Amino acid sequence: MTKCASCHQVMKDATGPALMNLEERGKWADHNEILKWATNPAAYMAKDPYTQGLKAKYGSMMSSQELTLKDVDAIVSYINQVVADSKKPAAATEGEAQPTANNAIIFGVISLILAVVALILMQVNSNLKKMSDDAEGIYRPDPVPFYKNKIYIAMVALVFFAMAGYFFSKAAIGFGRQKDYQPVQPIFYSHKVHAGINQVNCLYCHGGAWDSKHASIPSVNVCMNCHKAINEYKKGPKLYTEDGDLVDGTAEIAKLYAAAGFDPQKPNSWDAAKAKPIEWVKIHNLPDHVYFNHSQHIRAGKVQCQTCHGEITAMDEVKQVSELSMGWCVNCHRQTNVDFNYDSTGGNKFYSIYEKFHNDFKNGKMDSIKVKDIGGLECQKCHY
Amino acid sequence: MSDKKYWQSFGEVNDQEKFQKLTQDEFREELPFEDLDEKLIDAKAPRRDFLKYLGFSTAAATLAASCKVPVRKAIPYANKPENLVPGVPKYYATTYVSEGDVIPVVAKVRDGRPIKIEGNDQSLLTGGGTSARAQASVLDLYDTNRLRFPQQRVVDNGNVSYAELPGFEQADKAIGTALAGFNGTGLVLLTSTVVSPSTLEIISKFPGLKHVQYDAVSYSGLLLANEASGFGKSIPSYKFDAAKVIVSLGADFLGTWLSPVEFARDYVKGRKIDEKNPSMSKHYQFESHLSNTGGSADERFTHRPSETGAVALALLNELNGTPASLSDAKLNAGVKKAAADLKANAGAALVVSGSNDVNVQVIVNAINNAIGAYGKTIDWSAAVNYRQGIDKEFAQLITDMEAGSVNALFVHDANPVYNHAEGARFKAALAKVKLTVSFSGKLDETTAECAYQIPDHHYLESWGDAVAKSGYISFLQPTIYPLFKTRPFQTSLLLWSGNSTSYEDYFRNYWTTKLGSVGAFETSLQVGVIETPVEPAAGASYSAAALDAAKTAVSSAKKVSGDEVVLYQNVALGTGAQAGNPWLLELPDSITKATWDNYAMISMAKAKELGVKLDSDYEYYPEKPVISIKVGKAEPIELPVIVIPGMNANTIAVAVGYGRSENLGKAVAGVGVNVYPLAGFNGTTVDYCNAATVTNTGKKLKIAQTQIHNSYEGRVEVVRETTLATFKKEPNAIAEYREELVKDFAATTGDYRKEATMYPVHDQPGIKWGMSIDMNSCVACNACVVACHAENNVPVVGKREVIRAHEMHWLRIDRYFVSDEKDPDNLKGVVFQPMLCQHCDNAPCENVCPVAATNHSSEGLNQMTYNRCIGTRYCANNCPFKVRRFNWADYTGADSFPNNQDQEVIGKLDDVIFQMNDDLTRMVLNPDVTVRSRGVIEKCSFCVQRLQAAKLDAKKENRELKDGDAKTACQTACPTNAIVFGNANDKSSSITKVRNDNPQRAYYVLEQLHVLPNVTYLAKVRNTDEIIESEGHEAEAGKEVEIPAVKKETEGVK
Repeated sequence: MTKCASCHQVMKDATGPALMNLEERGKWADHNEILKWATNPAAYMAKDPYTQGLKAKYGSMMSSQELTLKDVDAIVSYINQVVADSKKPAAATEGEAQPTANNAIIFGVISLILAVVALILMQVNSNLKKMSDDAEGIYRPDPVPFYKNKIYIAMVALVFFAMAGYFFSKAAIGFGRQKDYQPVQPIFYSHKVHAGINQVNCLYCHGGAWDSKHASIPSVNVCMNCHKAINEYKKGPKLYTEDGDLVDGTAEIAKLYAAAGFDPQKPNSWDAAKAKPIEWVKIHNLPDHVYFNHSQHIRAGKVQCQTCHGEITAMDEVKQVSELSMGWCVNCHRQTNVDFNYDSTGGNKFYSIYEKFHNDFKNGKMDSIKVKDIGGLECQKCHY
Repeated sequence: MSDKKYWQSFGEVNDQEKFQKLTQDEFREELPFEDLDEKLIDAKAPRRDFLKYLGFSTAAATLAASCKVPVRKAIPYANKPENLVPGVPKYYATTYVSEGDVIPVVAKVRDGRPIKIEGNDQSLLTGGGTSARAQASVLDLYDTNRLRFPQQRVVDNGNVSYAELPGFEQADKAIGTALAGFNGTGLVLLTSTVVSPSTLEIISKFPGLKHVQYDAVSYSGLLLANEASGFGKSIPSYKFDAAKVIVSLGADFLGTWLSPVEFARDYVKGRKIDEKNPSMSKHYQFESHLSNTGGSADERFTHRPSETGAVALALLNELNGTPASLSDAKLNAGVKKAAADLKANAGAALVVSGSNDVNVQVIVNAINNAIGAYGKTIDWSAAVNYRQGIDKEFAQLITDMEAGSVNALFVHDANPVYNHAEGARFKAALAKVKLTVSFSGKLDETTAECAYQIPDHHYLESWGDAVAKSGYISFLQPTIYPLFKTRPFQTSLLLWSGNSTSYEDYFRNYWTTKLGSVGAFETSLQVGVIETPVEPAAGASYSAAALDAAKTAVSSAKKVSGDEVVLYQNVALGTGAQAGNPWLLELPDSITKATWDNYAMISMAKAKELGVKLDSDYEYYPEKPVISIKVGKAEPIELPVIVIPGMNANTIAVAVGYGRSENLGKAVAGVGVNVYPLAGFNGTTVDYCNAATVTNTGKKLKIAQTQIHNSYEGRVEVVRETTLATFKKEPNAIAEYREELVKDFAATTGDYRKEATMYPVHDQPGIKWGMSIDMNSCVACNACVVACHAENNVPVVGKREVIRAHEMHWLRIDRYFVSDEKDPDNLKGVVFQPMLCQHCDNAPCENVCPVAATNHSSEGLNQMTYNRCIGTRYCANNCPFKVRRFNWADYTGADSFPNNQDQEVIGKLDDVIFQMNDDLTRMVLNPDVTVRSRGVIEKCSFCVQRLQAAKLDAKKENRELKDGDAKTACQTACPTNAIVFGNANDKSSSITKVRNDNPQRAYYVLEQLHVLPNVTYLAKVRNTDEIIESEGHEAEAGKEVEIPAVKKETEGVK
């Protein structure tokens, strides 16, 4: 269905026509006809003036889809559901998030107060002792005030050095790490609207993640595949920046048009070759001595994008969710199972050379093969 | 004591004790520890200093920690080409063409820029082999000294400058006007040999244009001799694989002669040994200085350069029944032996000569006719198209120019001002030509004298075709959009002849018509080659008409009594066409192991005569005595000497290609001396050897030689070499040695690997990478060394740093002389051993690293982690093979501290380091490999980035790793398949096969140390009848193995 969503919307024309009330359009009432069209558009169009008209109107032809009649039924019923939902009044918005008390601060304040009380009591105690000694006639020197007490000074110094050392080394280790980095981008691009609400597949834009080490940011012509038709932002939820300012989605689309050199009034005169690249701010940065390959994880490792990038479908402005530190990488390599071919029915055939692991698994010596078992913790898996 | 020895330097032979003392340190640096200690003790206020430094470093660290991380931009394509994925390399078949060298290659293009050249394994000609220069050619593309726009030479008050022309239109207009005035008369195009048929057609269609071909190192003698022998003015294909006996009269066919990549590949086919039935071709080399090819020869004899003709004649006489009668008894015996072998193998024998003397080549043709070489080992069905220049035609051109009858001269891919014997005369004659245009991509010596510079594309930016020999077509296609405002010279020629078609269109049309369809053309372009080999043919019948005259000329030639200087090409620079290339300049020469210079190679006898003492000091210190060489009336040339054993006593050999104009770059300026003027034109051909007078100037000059770096401290078992006769007699010598090791160290279980160590043995459950290097196949062409440079971002360090033993090559080719210990000059052979990290399973380097920056992988790799390394260099000290390299300075500009390259802080660095750090040059870097910064150790990784990529591809395709999926850069570069690499756990892989098939030759270096290398070597075998008697083996730890003695057999050939 995400494949349809690349070009079609339910309520509105996009790269292709809107799909609402599909069954009311002549022969599309027969799902078999839809199937014929969708599985081989070129052949169908040759004999069908209606679809020829569509091509003339939208400028591009649908690519052939691998569908069954069941799929078509499901798609149509989904479309009808969406249309029905749109007629209902909007559901109540989510409740405000409950403010959660920060226990740590309370505990800290209490310990601090207790420490001060203890200090005062100790002083009182020593003063009382002095007074009682005086009363009993035992000579004792005047008590040293606490700020001159060497034991106190030593203790304070020790605590200070320990804390300074802790924060200093923590800062040093964290140097260059950017967890929660959420820069302002040149265009307010909302992943929530695209990947969340409209369910555009991650790989539609970040196709590099499937083939290459780079997930790669889509080029302007990829944006324009859809935005040639979608020139305004109206129906979705209101968009706010992190600072709470309202964002005008249509104006943001206009920024894209400016970069693409696209005039919505004259869509047919657009020349993709004259577009200017958009200078996005790179959020996820790795040091130069790290080799990271997206396709290794997405395709060979079958890891979901969200595992490292978080709930990207809920983010308006993207932020770095994971630490991207070596400890973080290594932990995952320790815990994650590889796509091992434990038997002939599944798993990656690459691993059939690991005879020892196959035997150990059969004998019950191993219950799963983790990334670390195939060398996932070794230096030259990521550093070379 | 024995009388056979493998040695690398005279210090080892003559002065062993002192020499070992001098070279015992891994690192030559005098570290200032003592100084520091004294200072600390005597210092007045060390405590205050301590606090001061502590305070400063704390403050600095705080400051550094509070720095903001810079904002990085990610800029995608505006309009991404459909079939391009950023980060995924694409491969385009093209052809390396340079001054007549033709090698079909594949360019690896990463994100729009070519970063590596691989051989095209679809080619039957080279089988995917490459040369050092082809490997290095990708760096030339990013040379900062390329011409960036068309320009005009302006002379103002004797000051020469070059003015940029705003566009090609202005140049076209000016040149067009001038050409119109000449009415199509006196137009000359001077090129090196053109192998492109479409270009030749364009040239032939240019009205009134005379085409003169000129080769920097001429083969005129061979061409004219073939004409005189009835074959026409051309050069045949030589089939070294069909020859059981090869006699080379001074032809360096494995290094530089004609088409070395092709020849090396064919030659080695006859040198691979089947252990069940050991046999190999027999290679005699008669030469005056020690060449690469001489180093690989089975039997080698030396003579004066002027005696080449006499040797050839003696060989011919011997074959015809007249006994050879050369005055040198050893040489005479050699000729007799070679003649007997040739006779016995008639039809499977080949004689080649590197001489440029027509008479010598006529005699060689007679020999080849006598031994039935024509149609068998010499193939006239496929005459070659390269090296077609005729010296006389070029001489005529100079005369014409001087006479003023040349109106316009176009120069393409030729540089006679620099590389012709009469370059100075040509330069003067250029001034008399009304219009001079050069198409060279750089402002070389000839181009600098031309009125217009209309730069051509680099070959990686060009369309084109090359037909190395008939039936072998290969194509060029652009791998990158032209970096600068350059234009194909063919387009210029088309335009100036009144045809406004671009060369691209012309070329497409030419081949589409020839091949019949666009589809056929595009398929050929994709494959890169169309090759249609035919059966060898004898060609036209041999004619002996010129033989008698040649015999008379040779025997009446004047005898030279004094010294003779001979010019040769080395494998790095060749004729010097790529002289500005830092990778080539830093490449250690196969024989002398010298970098960054040319020098005079002299014999030991000559050294004695000149008073050069061959002791440790000569070897250890870089200052070499300088001699002055005077040839005829030419200005004397001063060069430092390098003494080499096995040289003819009176021969002084000097490499061409050095001494370049500084317009080719700061890196090459001041490197060596141009010796082309020592050649001479004799009226027919250019002579590359001439009588000379030599004097010791008493001066000294530094040469950056690498041969005594990386000492094994006398452990000779690194090299294993034997003779074929010995091998047949005692095939199990190596296996027996191993058995003794087992007896001594693993008596209980018999498992040397497990029992002879106190360390746990780790298993490799999936893949275990392994390499095998066949020393019988290595001809020291050095393609692997440059390939490694390119693949792994290995830095160039410059001469100054090489002298300090700071060179960074991950892979080096060690050269060992084999001789009687008492008579080092009596050279029996040379062993070339590629040496790289052995990836020991029980690696000594791993145990001593305090921070575990080097450790072992479950695939058998010895891993080096740069970001973990703190630079103690313990690993390098503990490596028995000395293959670890330390970044003494910031050679790459990768450091985040800018003053790490400030020469006032760190000392002088050579200009080449900064040239290599230019943004343009850095485009050649492999983005998958970390650029190392100062203070870390690096070394061969078995090209781990390629292994990882191969594994990932297999996983993506849901299949097992296939043999050949993962190939190292050195392996793919090798023209002779000496290097085999693969998964040793895979029973069917080629590496397992090589190891199983060669149990008698396979050995590990320094096996007795129990470091368990993952690299196997196959021992070198020389095809002689000499029996080397072994004296039993000593394998106890700490005891040197006795060197086997040599007993000379006096019997002749079988």
